[in-house]
This record gives sequence, structure tokens and C-alpha cells, in this order.
Amino acid sequence: MRVPRFTRTERIAHWVNAALFTVAMSTGAMFRFGIGQSLISDRALVRGVHVYTGLGIVVAFLIAVIPRWGRALRRDASRINRWSPDEIRWLKSLGRARGARLGKFNPGQKLNAAFVPAAALVLAASGAIMFWNRPFSTELRNGADFVHQSFAWLIWITVAGHILLALQDRESLRGMTGGTVSTEWARDHRPAWYAEVTSVTPEAAEPVDA
Amino acid sequence: MAHEPGTPIGRRLFLGLLGLGAVGIATGSSISNALQRLAKNDPTGLSAILPGGGGWRYYQVNGYPKRSRSEYRLRVAGLVDTPLTLTYEDLTSLPPIKVTRDFQCVTGWRVLGVKWQGVLLRDVLDRAGVQPEGGAIRFTSFDGAYTESLTMKQARRDDVLVAYQLDGKNISTDHGGPVRLVVLPMYGYKNTKWLETIEVTRAVVPGYWEERGYEVDAWVGASNGRNDEPT
Repeated sequence: MRVPRFTRTERIAHWVNAALFTVAMSTGAMFRFGIGQSLISDRALVRGVHVYTGLGIVVAFLIAVIPRWGRALRRDASRINRWSPDEIRWLKSLGRARGARLGKFNPGQKLNAAFVPAAALVLAASGAIMFWNRPFSTELRNGADFVHQSFAWLIWITVAGHILLALQDRESLRGMTGGTVSTEWARDHRPAWYAEVTSVTPEAAEPVDA
Repeated sequence: MAHEPGTPIGRRLFLGLLGLGAVGIATGSSISNALQRLAKNDPTGLSAILPGGGGWRYYQVNGYPKRSRSEYRLRVAGLVDTPLTLTYEDLTSLPPIKVTRDFQCVTGWRVLGVKWQGVLLRDVLDRAGVQPEGGAIRFTSFDGAYTESLTMKQARRDDVLVAYQLDGKNISTDHGGPVRLVVLPMYGYKNTKWLETIEVTRAVVPGYWEERGYEVDAWVGASNGRNDEPT
């Protein structure tokens, strides 16, 4: 018996996002550090790929969230927003608090999920000022450049941490690949969520794929 | 719809980060300049990874035009006794000059200790023979759009080069290769990339960015309302 964790829409949104981030982050690093510069014959092309992939992240997110099919995603966003006292305690103890009853997401996942979309918007806005720079003063262009680089560093660190942690918890990763997790994992690692999805109250029932 | 009760920390973090980004865009310029000044005394070179630190930004106004060294020609024209068309080899056979200087862009970034190799612009001008009424130079790029200018006095300085090497390597297309102008004491926009024509004129004709508000005399630290340390 496995517990449904992420709908197909959520998983598609996640992996499309992952692919777009991979492209945006690697082309960005090429610019900043000249990595693979000898391999790139057309710098303008790489720049175009970077800029439009970055905008694509924002567009893809809106497509995933806004329509009817984004219901599960919006519901998870609402879970990510709200922190129970147990979760705050868990974070303050850096995950060592005993008996903290976590919901669907642990506080680390919540931080990640709040940080990444905010950073994506900041990067898109600062990147737009850098790319369509004509109307902006040199002060603002410079500031945008500074912010873009700072948030790029934070995104690299966050994404690296996200991937490492996912690889260390295969069952959690399975939730994002196959869409379900084992009952044991849900019960041991996300007890509050487990209680919610196994209870019979209709409002707690997890939406499943149509 | 059910949502877990609790403190809306996610939203606070999200909005806080957006605010941080906005404040950063507004003030980042001065933070970045301060970091750059600190980084100058860094012997490890690690500061190059700081935001705003180390490394070039590549600007162009009309794409990145490619021209091989064998196809390359430099024209010297206008008020000269002998108009010239120089090949890449013609340039490299002139007495080479090597200089190392910081490169400062008017938008704020600075690359420390850039090594250039090329020939003095003055030597190229002397080969063509500037006529007495020649008072300025107009530079044109083979990208079909970029132009720049110098007065004759500026052009004859010891730190104004027609450069073909950067940090020991042939200048790449991004950097304005195979041959670009380098005006070491001035802001980056004076340093015409993809240099194609050196035209001697009577008076200064403002260049591409100068028609768009940048100062014609682009001394680092003494123009464009900036106070950078001179290069």
C-alpha cells in the first residue's frame, strides 16, 4: 500500500522546472566564469538561451499554478506557507527535535519551496534590467547585476542542497518520480500528514490524478 | 479547501526575499563598488567569485561580428598622406607594446591587471602621415554600427593601443578581436571593439555612446559623474 504524494501535474511542473533551471544555471555559469567558452561559438545564442529559459521558468510556473489543474499545487503552496509550532521547533533544533509531528513537508523543504520561486522572480526581474538595459541608469544596471549574481549563488547552493538531500532520501525522491511514497515513510517521517491522508474526513482527502 | 493551520512563514519569507531583491537592485551598485575596493587587496584571487567581482561583461550594440585574422584588414583613411590598408601580419610586424592596466567600465565593473599587447596608435598614424589639419580620429567597428573618437592629442599618448592580444592570447570575438582599440586611461566604451577604420578628421565626431549621453572625454574617475580610481 502506497500513499499518493504528488499528482501528475505537480510532478510534470517539478521536472519541467528542473530542466529549465539546469539550462539557465549552466548557461549563466558559462557567462560568469567562461566555462566551456571555447565550446561555444555563438555567444549571442547562449545569451538568448539563458534569457528566454529564465523567462520560461516564470511562465511555466504560472501555467502550472493558475488553471484548474494547478489545484494540488496551490494546496501544497498553502501547506508550505503555514508552519506549525512543531515545525518551527524542528527547524530551531535543526531537525533534531524529538517527536516533532511534521506535516507533508519538513521545514527544510518549506524553506526551499519559498526561496526558489522568490529567487526566480528576483533573478527574472534583475536579469530583465540587465538584458533590456537601455531605459535604466548605470546605477540600476549595476545593482541588477549585483543582485543577479548574488541570487545566482544562493540558487546554486540551494539547488545543490536540494539534490543532495533528495538523493539521500530515496523514498522521498520516489514521491516526486512515481508520485507515491511508502506507508512506513509517510508514517515515520510525516506523521501529521499521514494522519491527515489516512483519516476519513473528506476535506483531508488528497486529490489524485483525474 | 483545507490548509494546515500555523504561522504564514512561507509568505513572509517569499515577500521578504522580493523586497531584498528590490533593495539590492536600488543599492547594489555602491555595495558592489565597496566589495571591489576590498577585493583589490585580496592576494588569493578568491574575491573574483564575489558578486560584482572579477571578470568581464561583454557588450555589443549590433551582435558579435566574426572576422578571421587572415580576413582582417585595418583601414587608415581621412586626412592622411598615404591611406593604408593593413593586414593582421602588418600590425604584428610593427614594434609590439605590452601594458598591464585595470579595465574600468562606465557601468561600474572593473577587471584588474589586464595584459594587452599591440602597437601604438601613434605608430600606425605616423606610417600613414597625418596631415596638418587632422585634429581628431574617428574609429569604426566592422560590426557596422559602433563608432568612437579621440582628439589627436589623446590618440598620440603612450597608452593608446591598437591591440591584438589580451592576457597572452589572441583577442577573441567576445573581446572585440581580432583587433580592437585600447584607450587605457578611459572608460571601456572608448575601446572600440572589432576595429576596422581609423579615419583622421578635422574635429571630434561624437561616437555611438556619446550620441547617447556619455562624455566624449572619457577619463576614468573624471567623467560621466563617476569617481572611480584612475586606471
